Amino acid sequence: MAISRRHILGIAGALGVTAMVAGLPGTAAAWEPNKPIDFIIMAGKGGGADKMARLMQAIIEQEKLSSKPLVPVNKSGGSGAEALIAAKSASDPDHTIMVTLNSFFTTPLRQPKLGIDIMEFAPVGRMAEDTFLLWVHKDSGIKTFEEFLTKAKADGNKWVMGGTGKAQEDELLTEFLNNNFGLKIKYVPYKGGGEVAKQLAGKQLNSTVNNPSEALGFYESGDVVPILSFTAERLPLFPNVPTMKEKGKDFAYGMQRAVVGAPGMSADALKYYENLFSKVYKSAKWQAYRKKQSLFGDELNGDPLKAYWKEQVDRHRKMLVDMGAIK
Amino acid sequence: MEILGHLSDGIFTALEPLNIALMLVGVALGLFIGAMPGLGSVNGVAILLPATFLVPPTSAMIFLAAIYYGAMYGGAISSITLGIPGASTAVATTFDGRPMALKGRADLALVTAAVASFVGGTVANVLFTAFAPPLAQVALDFGDPEIFALMLLAFATFIGLGGDDIPKTLFSICFGLVMAAVGLDIMTGEPRLVFGDITGFMHGINFLVLAIGVYGIGEMLWTIDSTRGEMTMTGAVLTVRGILRAIKETAKGWRGMTIGSFLGFFVGILPAAGATPGSLMSYGITKMLDKHPESYGKGNINGISAPESANNSASTGAMLPMLTLGIPGSPTTAILLGGMVIWGLQPGPLLFANQTEFVWGLVGWFYISNFFALIVNLAFIPLFIWMLRMPFTVLAPMIFVLSIVGGFAATQDMHDIWLMLLFGIGAYLLRKLDYPVAPAVLAIVLGPIAEPKLRQSLLFSSGDPMIFLERPIAGPITVIAIFLILLPLFNLIWKKMKPKPAPSL
Repeated sequence: MAISRRHILGIAGALGVTAMVAGLPGTAAAWEPNKPIDFIIMAGKGGGADKMARLMQAIIEQEKLSSKPLVPVNKSGGSGAEALIAAKSASDPDHTIMVTLNSFFTTPLRQPKLGIDIMEFAPVGRMAEDTFLLWVHKDSGIKTFEEFLTKAKADGNKWVMGGTGKAQEDELLTEFLNNNFGLKIKYVPYKGGGEVAKQLAGKQLNSTVNNPSEALGFYESGDVVPILSFTAERLPLFPNVPTMKEKGKDFAYGMQRAVVGAPGMSADALKYYENLFSKVYKSAKWQAYRKKQSLFGDELNGDPLKAYWKEQVDRHRKMLVDMGAIK
Repeated sequence: MEILGHLSDGIFTALEPLNIALMLVGVALGLFIGAMPGLGSVNGVAILLPATFLVPPTSAMIFLAAIYYGAMYGGAISSITLGIPGASTAVATTFDGRPMALKGRADLALVTAAVASFVGGTVANVLFTAFAPPLAQVALDFGDPEIFALMLLAFATFIGLGGDDIPKTLFSICFGLVMAAVGLDIMTGEPRLVFGDITGFMHGINFLVLAIGVYGIGEMLWTIDSTRGEMTMTGAVLTVRGILRAIKETAKGWRGMTIGSFLGFFVGILPAAGATPGSLMSYGITKMLDKHPESYGKGNINGISAPESANNSASTGAMLPMLTLGIPGSPTTAILLGGMVIWGLQPGPLLFANQTEFVWGLVGWFYISNFFALIVNLAFIPLFIWMLRMPFTVLAPMIFVLSIVGGFAATQDMHDIWLMLLFGIGAYLLRKLDYPVAPAVLAIVLGPIAEPKLRQSLLFSSGDPMIFLERPIAGPITVIAIFLILLPLFNLIWKKMKPKPAPSL
């Protein structure tokens, strides 16, 4: 009550006062967190979402954008179901935010029993859209997508693709390859993209569809090689890697890197986080990271972000139906 | 040689006045955070990470290393003095640390824990310095079947030669495995054993909840029952001479220290595991290799030195996959990774090549932090012993309150507190019936690691279990594990056969 009364006063007050209030951090008018903020990461340690979340936390702390620290917690269980449940049942939604990926769309579709409606989550901000590449180990000798197809076809279901989670981005892409190129690749799910990248570098897997940020370390050391990108255009970072479109299939697939607030977050708190992550987005460090990891996708928040979610849910529903994962 | 140069640079940097001060503060803070049940090095590093932006990156990293080590030492303190595991990594320390304290030798237990931690940390640092790059390759060679085989071996050590009643041990392991299966299926996300959608079960049963319930609450009930509240632990001595004598006696724990230091380091470098499985496995193997396995759980010094050296060694080992592969081996290193990203370091295969100075400087700080942690810890021991001299009627409510706080801190869910109380009562009853509870704790820690590895391996082989025997690394480990599991059976047959040839002699 106290907050809303102050708000009304603020609106009623002179423009100058409002400006002053907004300009002074810590004044009573704007909502501020009063305790550390739970920062749920919907994926395992070392994956793309994890790396990004930790960078955002670092930027916030280093540039003192928030008066209270963000406490990252990885909840990777059940293809993101653990994180969704944790956010939904958060005792204090105003202090609970979450980094999401596409399992934000797919897991609730696959598991209606969880009772998650993603439209109830607060749209804090989409920070980027991550890209997918097809990777193989350098010792496989594969250099082109055609060579990959020949080898994978010859190996049948002995060819193993590793990825994050079940019926999530990586499996959807594997399924796409299987359906469109007559392959029988076997898919093995892991907890996070970091582990997947490690398994390929250790030659435990034949191929992966890691995000650039996940495989970059092993790419730079020369252990793994990208042979195809699932983007509309070639990535600036990998100018010699052809796209799926060039190989004759008009298909591009990206992954949202968005921050959401727990269901039930108040409008004032949402405003605060929107503003906070907007600052993160604009920071030099974030922009440099986007460039280095060849991330796509501009900043989105509020209603446009919700519209984007709706569009993504429909697309994923179709993909999952085609795959036979849901009816 | 170049490495040694960077290493000594690191050590000299650590000895600058500001850094020494930060290190002392860090170690002391870490010690108390580690000693608080439910709070471990993860929380310590997470809480204090922001504070490090006030000082230069080098000093910040030294500060974090000091907290890391301090917390690793601290976990043992409440395990020994109160019987509540101070951190997940110190659960195995309660097995023998608490009985020893009850016998009036808390001083010896605490000193052993400190010295073993120091030995483990030092061995790990030396191994790290000498073999980091080739060991990174080992971590890569360990695929899913290998990790599962290793987990199988860990279970096997608790069955074969365990000295306890085998059927009861098996029961305890199975109970732990069932508890570990509660929650969302790791791979498909389907809820399992949630008892009609009780949301508290969705996130699974945090093993600290089980461990604190079993060792904190269960132990308290047991002590009240067996002593009727008459007992005080005044047997603990406070003199400097007593501590010095204890330091001498610590040497008896060399066996556990050796096993713990090396095994702990090895388990630590595997990205899937971390310090908790490392310390439990070291405890199991030390017990198995001992001539008197039945003396464990009753205050055997090796039962303290093994897990304590292992958890410290594993913590250092866990830095290896973080630095070389960019994959943190433990929750704490995941947070340190975040810190490194802030200072513009990109952990990964190229870190050793591109940031030589930083990497070896860091290892140098580990050496020094470890040493300071030992000194600070030894200095505080009289304080911890003094705590033990309180009458049990004062101590018991304290244990109770700390258990509740610790259980809540782990997941911040009231549901878990009720669960913990239930486990405590259950553990007390099991103990009355002479069931070992340690295997259940082991199972709930290793279950969630072993299960996905088993399923991933079987996916690879299209359901053929031979994958565990055919691979060059997994094969031998699996064979040893199966042999150990069947050993009690062999022993039984042996004994049955023996009386027959005896008369002919």
